[in-house]
Amino acid sequence: MALLDLANPNRFLAFARVSIPVFSGLAAVLLGFGIWRGFNVPPDYQQGETVRIMFIHVPSAWMALGIYTLMAISALGTLVWRHPLADVAAKAAAPIGAAFAFLCLLTGALWGRPMWGAYWVWDARLTSMLVLFLLYLGVLALWRAMDEPGHAARAVAVLTLVGFVNVPIVKFSVDWWSTLHQPASVFRLDGPTIHPVLLTPLLISALGFLALFLALHLAAMRNEILRRRVRTMRMLAASGSH
Amino acid sequence: MTGALRAVLMRDLKLAFRAGGGAGLGVVFFLALIAVVPFAVGPDLPLLARIGPALVWLGALLATLLNLDRIFSADREDGSLDLLLLSPAPLELIATAKGIAHWLATGLPLVIAAPILGVMLGVEPKALLALSLTLLIGTPALTFLGLIGAALAAMLPRGGLLVAVLILPLTIPVLIFGAAATSAAVTGPMSFGVPIRLLAAISLAALVAGPVAAAAAIRQLRD
Repeated sequence: MALLDLANPNRFLAFARVSIPVFSGLAAVLLGFGIWRGFNVPPDYQQGETVRIMFIHVPSAWMALGIYTLMAISALGTLVWRHPLADVAAKAAAPIGAAFAFLCLLTGALWGRPMWGAYWVWDARLTSMLVLFLLYLGVLALWRAMDEPGHAARAVAVLTLVGFVNVPIVKFSVDWWSTLHQPASVFRLDGPTIHPVLLTPLLISALGFLALFLALHLAAMRNEILRRRVRTMRMLAASGSH
Repeated sequence: MTGALRAVLMRDLKLAFRAGGGAGLGVVFFLALIAVVPFAVGPDLPLLARIGPALVWLGALLATLLNLDRIFSADREDGSLDLLLLSPAPLELIATAKGIAHWLATGLPLVIAAPILGVMLGVEPKALLALSLTLLIGTPALTFLGLIGAALAAMLPRGGLLVAVLILPLTIPVLIFGAAATSAAVTGPMSFGVPIRLLAAISLAALVAGPVAAAAAIRQLRD
């Protein structure tokens, strides 16, 4: 189904009705398997048992970055292509992205305490991730500040595009600065440096996170469409013209 | 084209410096903020001298953010924003002029006041010069990044705190390189030239991106 076909909210709702259970089921299976494998891999020679935090920490970091990128593309959809569901997609994604960013920071802090000896250090990767979380909160604050959804959508779209400058900074912070946080070890030109025993559950868990996001995002978009319908109907009822 | 730039610039400067404009308010806030620091951390001059440049940078950041939300919302309230939109001059140019006027009225006084406040905090003379230079090069970045927030908040009845929340994350690089350049000048080991050039690059990028994004926001919100 093309992206343009989904511009019709009714078609989107029909698509969501089928796909939400599918993605939910996928998320349950993949996350269940990934986390179960994650708890059964042998402990790392250096990090010991704490390496299992990776199966939550790394996918949530990927999701937080990916969701902001999705919001930036949706912002272009709002401002340039005027796709009718672009702002619904952006609005529904923001709280989920903020939750993943928070999960990443939280699990990172819990991992940092035994490995680095501190819950938090002001290192480039951690700081830029915190900035990403703050940008998510700023986007949420701006959504809440305006009561007219169309206005809010365009204002948020401009802010989202400006804030996108931070996404490459988060990604490449470990290469540009010498950080305490380790450099990229999965997406590298010379192949992953993680042992396949750890890499396989990590990738399965990441796919599970992706499926979970898709299910939550589609459900949130559906709710937003229905919320706007209710709002429009109430305003019509209030103005007396049925 | 330059006529429109000059006209908007002069108008905004006049509005800022005459009664009710609040151009001096930023500096007074800056002074008040620095004055409460010794009460919070104790009148320990060596400590104040060490954290002094960072405090001055923080003060400048907050003082700049404080009156950003008036740049466009005052014009919207009295209707002059509609007239500016009707004019043949491009909105980006008008936004640039308003940004420059705002920097001249609030940013430049902060740069001038910074060495005096630095002396009060016991910052050594060599660092004072570096501090003023970094503020001179870095505060335009704060103003022009803030321009985006000002444009986004122009349609809100009370945008003040929201502008600060939206813009503060974006100003972190300015703060990093501003503070890095100042401390490089005092202690090393990094050379002063690298962070100050990065700071200048951020300012130049903000000078381009700020007005374009602000104009886009205003245009989108006026539909």
